[in-house]
Amino acid sequence: MSDPSPDNLQLTGTGRLRNFIGIEGLPRHILEEILDTAASFVDVGDRAIKKVPLLRGKTVFNLFFEPSTRTRTTFELAAKRLSADVLNMDIARSSTSKGESLMDMLRNLEAMSADMFIVRHGDSGAADYIARHATPDVAIINAGDGRHAHPTQAMLDMYTIRHYKGGFAGLKVAIIGDILHSRVARSQIRALTLLGAEEVRVVAPRTLLPADIESMGAIVCTRLEDGLRDADVVIALRLQKERMDSALLPSESEFFRLYGLTSERLLATHPDAIVMHPGPINRGVEIASEVADGERSVILHQVTFGIAVRMAVMSMCMSGRETERDDSQTQGRSNATTR
Amino acid sequence: MQPHADLLIRKARVIDPATGRDEIADLLIEDGRLSRIGASLDAPGAELFDAEGLWLIPGLVDTCVRLPEPASGRTGTLASETRAAAAGGITHMAALPDTDPVADNPAVVRLIRERAIKAGLARVMPIAAMTQGLAGSQLSEMQTLKEMGCIAVSNAGYPVQDTLILKRCLEYAATFNLLVIFRPQDAALSAGGCAHEGPVSTRLGLPGIPAVAETIDMARILLLVAETGVRAHFHQLSCADSVALLRDARARGLPVTADTSIHHLLLDQHAVAGFNSLCHINPPLRRSEDRDALLAAVADGTLDAICSQHTPLGASAKLAPFPATSAGISGLDTLLSLTLKLVEDGQLPLMRALDALTQAPARCLGVPAGNLEYGRLASLCVVDGAARRVPGEGWHSAGRNSPWLETSLPGAARLTVCEGKITWQSA
Repeated sequence: MSDPSPDNLQLTGTGRLRNFIGIEGLPRHILEEILDTAASFVDVGDRAIKKVPLLRGKTVFNLFFEPSTRTRTTFELAAKRLSADVLNMDIARSSTSKGESLMDMLRNLEAMSADMFIVRHGDSGAADYIARHATPDVAIINAGDGRHAHPTQAMLDMYTIRHYKGGFAGLKVAIIGDILHSRVARSQIRALTLLGAEEVRVVAPRTLLPADIESMGAIVCTRLEDGLRDADVVIALRLQKERMDSALLPSESEFFRLYGLTSERLLATHPDAIVMHPGPINRGVEIASEVADGERSVILHQVTFGIAVRMAVMSMCMSGRETERDDSQTQGRSNATTR
Repeated sequence: MQPHADLLIRKARVIDPATGRDEIADLLIEDGRLSRIGASLDAPGAELFDAEGLWLIPGLVDTCVRLPEPASGRTGTLASETRAAAAGGITHMAALPDTDPVADNPAVVRLIRERAIKAGLARVMPIAAMTQGLAGSQLSEMQTLKEMGCIAVSNAGYPVQDTLILKRCLEYAATFNLLVIFRPQDAALSAGGCAHEGPVSTRLGLPGIPAVAETIDMARILLLVAETGVRAHFHQLSCADSVALLRDARARGLPVTADTSIHHLLLDQHAVAGFNSLCHINPPLRRSEDRDALLAAVADGTLDAICSQHTPLGASAKLAPFPATSAGISGLDTLLSLTLKLVEDGQLPLMRALDALTQAPARCLGVPAGNLEYGRLASLCVVDGAARRVPGEGWHSAGRNSPWLETSLPGAARLTVCEGKITWQSA
């Protein structure tokens, strides 16, 4: 079929990032470049003037087809710290989620000389779809599509892990909770396996595990104690309350009793294990307050790193595209000279 | 519409799976009827068609198509789609009742038949809705609809969930010796799904439709078929376990037949990787093991027929993120060529492949077609088996929703005759 492969969609001809749709299809060195670039941005937030001029004059649209104040805010902050102009579009899902109306909306935004779309959408594949159908002049960054991917969240998690653990080799990581509906878990599994973690365990009852998740490189544990044993990193996922309504779980209390993170359960992990959560947390459902606020918790640092990681992804996509443009112009000139 | 001129097709390789005939011969159509097959026929005044180097086969019979009239959400007209059929060598097609309004009353059935006859390019055989509005709660007037020309009843893509109502449907259909057609799929197990539940749907985060959604419904239906003795046909089986259920039912002597779509014989779940919505179909494309099992079942005749599951959609139907796109492939243009691709790839012997497109589907539907029988209005197709074509060039259906538009495929229909009339001719 004629569709470009996912890596073509995300990389320039010279292998630089141009869109950020998902971890799949990216080489390891790009992920490492994102982490390294983010490291250079982490202290921007501590400066008196919290801005760098990398995206000055650029216009970034936050296209949120699904409400999310937190993610949108961190993207907005990241874009502003890069000196971009930011416009937030909260689009009611009902009015523009389908077909041509979505296309029409994209054309309108492109006509306003947009440089970047940050896309959050309830359908898996939405960011991929927009990247294929929007003008190639606009960079697309996936801020979460259905159950498919949430790559900036995964990269801020990778940043956090590298910050506390120094690297990924030999690490055992346990991801606990609603794996089935989680785009975060899918992107984390991709990133962790690519970056060389030793074991990625997914821990959940079978109702919350997607079919053939092992094919992504994860090890399935249906008992929490098996998942936590000697783990270096423990990631709890948010459990949506509506899962109880669709007979995936009997109750929040039974879930907490069997899969909730408590201080006592964490004794089974490696003594230096860190505890992470993509937020927002449900205290007493997937994680006990004593753990969320405890000394192993790095949850609030994740948020801080999240801004730096999003700055890194945005600036890399923009510079990848500028290099691409420069290259094609240079090529155009040399062609002209030849003639 | 051409008048019933006599037509002499000369020096064709005549292949008729119904009799096993495969020989170079002439074929004569007189007054629209197939009158003779033999060496060096002489017919003064008859129009001549030189078929040297070409195959002459019965007109194709497609068990499962969705037509755009009367219906919203699909594109084209009965004229455009029957033209696509004729150009693809198809002379007979069974049309699903999931139109809008639903084909559950004589007026809609009459409209479909009249428009098809007006277009005059293929025999459209309506399948009546088994329940009113396909809602699964009240029987349709099955016998009246049969008398109107419907060849079977079906609830199409809306399987009757209430087992008591389903049982009554089958009992009522059995009373009048009606064929009942099923597309088995459990509603709860498939709700919201858009891809085979497996590694690809997991990777892409697409809500899945597990194979068991099909087999659990099929098993339930088979138990009721055994109970009621109704004649049953299954549309579009998609997985190995369904083939096993079918084989077992046949072994027990149940009166059941089945088809699968040509797309399920050529593609598997990996076709939707990259969110390729052109391969979004229902039932979904499954594992390669399922594809292998379906192919083996077609080869040994367990699966009787190959259908196009034609669903012509407008461009906007596929222009959305994958889960929001409409399911379906526009299939009439490619049914013959894709089946010949299976032959070319060594997956099916030619005779069985042609059987699965002609005699076998006609037998499943209980219609007099799909063979080269003397005396009947002639329905046949002359095929250039050596031709290669890229279907997107010269596409006929109003729906261009096909993953095959740019693939070079074998075979092309040079002449199609439907019930004595030439419906397609190309150089």
